[in-house]
Amino acid sequence: MRYLPLVLANLGRHKRRTFLTTASVALALFLFASLRTVVTTIAAGAQFGSARRLVATNATGIVFPLPLAYAGRLRALPGVQAVSWANWFGGRYGDGKRFFATFAVDPASYLDMYPEIVLPADQRDAFLRERSAAIVGRRLLDVFGWHLGQDVTLQGTIFSGDWTFTIRGVYTPSDPVINDDMLIFRHDYLDERMNRAGFAGWYILRIDDPNNAAGIAKLVDDQFRNSSAPTKTGTEQAFNASFATMWGNVSLLMNTIGMAVVFAILLVTANAMMMSARERTGEVAVLKTIGFSDWRLFGLVMLEAGLITLTGAVLGLGGAKLLYRATNFNAAGFLPGFDVDGTTLAVGGAIALLLMLASGLVPAVRAARLPVVQALRHVE
Amino acid sequence: MALVQIRDVYKSFQRDSQRIDVFTGLSLDVAEGSFTALMGPSGSGKSTLLNLIAGLDRPTSGTVRVAGADVHAMSAAQLAAWRARHIGFVFQQLNLLPVLTAYQNVELPLLLTRLSKKEREERVRVALGVVGLDDRIHHYPRQLSGGQEQRVAIARAIVADPTLILLDEPTGQLDARSSQEVLTLLQRLNSEFGKTVVIVTHDAHAADKAKAVLHLEKGVLIERAAVGA
Ligand SMILES: Nc1ncnc2c1ncn2[C@@H]1O[C@H](COP(=O)(O)OP(=O)(O)OP(=O)(O)O)[C@@H](O)[C@H]1O
Ligand SMILES: [Mg+2]
Repeated sequence: MRYLPLVLANLGRHKRRTFLTTASVALALFLFASLRTVVTTIAAGAQFGSARRLVATNATGIVFPLPLAYAGRLRALPGVQAVSWANWFGGRYGDGKRFFATFAVDPASYLDMYPEIVLPADQRDAFLRERSAAIVGRRLLDVFGWHLGQDVTLQGTIFSGDWTFTIRGVYTPSDPVINDDMLIFRHDYLDERMNRAGFAGWYILRIDDPNNAAGIAKLVDDQFRNSSAPTKTGTEQAFNASFATMWGNVSLLMNTIGMAVVFAILLVTANAMMMSARERTGEVAVLKTIGFSDWRLFGLVMLEAGLITLTGAVLGLGGAKLLYRATNFNAAGFLPGFDVDGTTLAVGGAIALLLMLASGLVPAVRAARLPVVQALRHVE
Repeated sequence: MALVQIRDVYKSFQRDSQRIDVFTGLSLDVAEGSFTALMGPSGSGKSTLLNLIAGLDRPTSGTVRVAGADVHAMSAAQLAAWRARHIGFVFQQLNLLPVLTAYQNVELPLLLTRLSKKEREERVRVALGVVGLDDRIHHYPRQLSGGQEQRVAIARAIVADPTLILLDEPTGQLDARSSQEVLTLLQRLNSEFGKTVVIVTHDAHAADKAKAVLHLEKGVLIERAAVGA
């Protein structure tokens, strides 16, 4: 590229301005990538869920339990292959500053239900053998520096008192959407300590055919319609999505902020390009006198704008991708699987291209259309 | 046939409601291999004439032919390519791009050719050698004197071996010694290398170096043979 030295020399003319403009573009695209990844991560969480799993909750609300006696009746329904249950356990660890999710589950059926929770066979056996055993996500283990066999004490907030679990397993999710920031312990341990036999937070059902999901869900709800605890059953996906809709406004906010930032940077970049172009009127006239065509000058100015925005894009988007990867960021468990995806990179690249066009077009057209004679008369 | 043929050229500028007629039927020939000084009072149309020859400006009517080509029949793109090929232009000042070294400034016209990097380098070195600045190759304009800057501009004007070299008061900002150096250089380019040179100047000494002197008075030519030469 024989014109590159010329373009680079022009960019080097005001090093600080070039640096600041490039940094602005980089920062804007970094923010864009971050905000958009919040949105995509929430959306992926809402999408997650096997079409072959249904979730049944108390129709009154998810915080109300269901009788454990339902398990047998659910298993007996046609089309239902397996049943498991779980319970949310509000717990605080240490000073409580580092939040993580804690569930009580029926160990054997739960691990069967979720093959995505990958656990070595011996650790699985230990979890099944010992009532006070718990398994934790790899991330959580690393965050607190725990090790296998360690006793960990949580303060219950819903189920009060000190709860001590022995870490018997460390799981790694095979799907990044599954939180690797959880502590899972045994439901029978909860029941035993609370002396309250027979309640589950929600049920998970594996069904034989995803096409029957609606029918089976209806069957379940009909079954318990007239009982003291009617159910509300839907696909796991719908269950996850119901959490995600709470984030709906967040997504809108993120997108709005993202667009505002990009627009602000557009003004900054365009202003810098205009300033550079205006200072160089005489030089453009000289180049035209030498025989540089209008189109060539147009291209040179565009190339300059492109170098700034593309360098900014590589730094901002690449930086976001690598940074979140390297730090294994997941917003303290709220955004499992947080990773800048290919679409975000592509959209970011397209924004950089638009920035180049929007900031370079006016000065480039101006350079192309500059009448030499007029320009020279102003210089002299 | 003359290298430059100007026939019945009219040129007027519109400034606000006022019309300025610079040329009203100007005709002029410049022979190949000549060294012509163009003199005349301020506002007589000297710069305008050079601009018309270089195709930087268009006549209101009439024709300008350079080496057989009708300059103003060409499109803007053709004109740019033609200028790169045939014209070397030097202004009174601000010829050089301040962010480029002497070498890079001289190389600019060659970027528009198909020459390889190595061929370009050879030519740039030769051109800077001709103007006596071999030792200033990597200096930036701000590190050069006014006379050296103008010599770099001349090196750039000749590097692509153009048909015609046009200079608009190239010594206007220079002291007597630097002016002398530049003029001697132009004389050499003309006599040794056979370059056709047209120079606009206010300096009578400068005109003495030329083979022919044209006087422009309010857009009308008054010709006389140079005394010295
Ligand atoms: N682009 C333009 N717009 C309006 N008027 C112009 C323009 N260019 C030249 N003129 C006018 O045309 C006339 C000739 O100008 P020109 O620059 O050719 O003179 P000149 O002989 O080069 O003078 P100087 O010795 O001062 O450089 C002047 O009256 C000038 O004001
Ligand atoms: Mg003039």
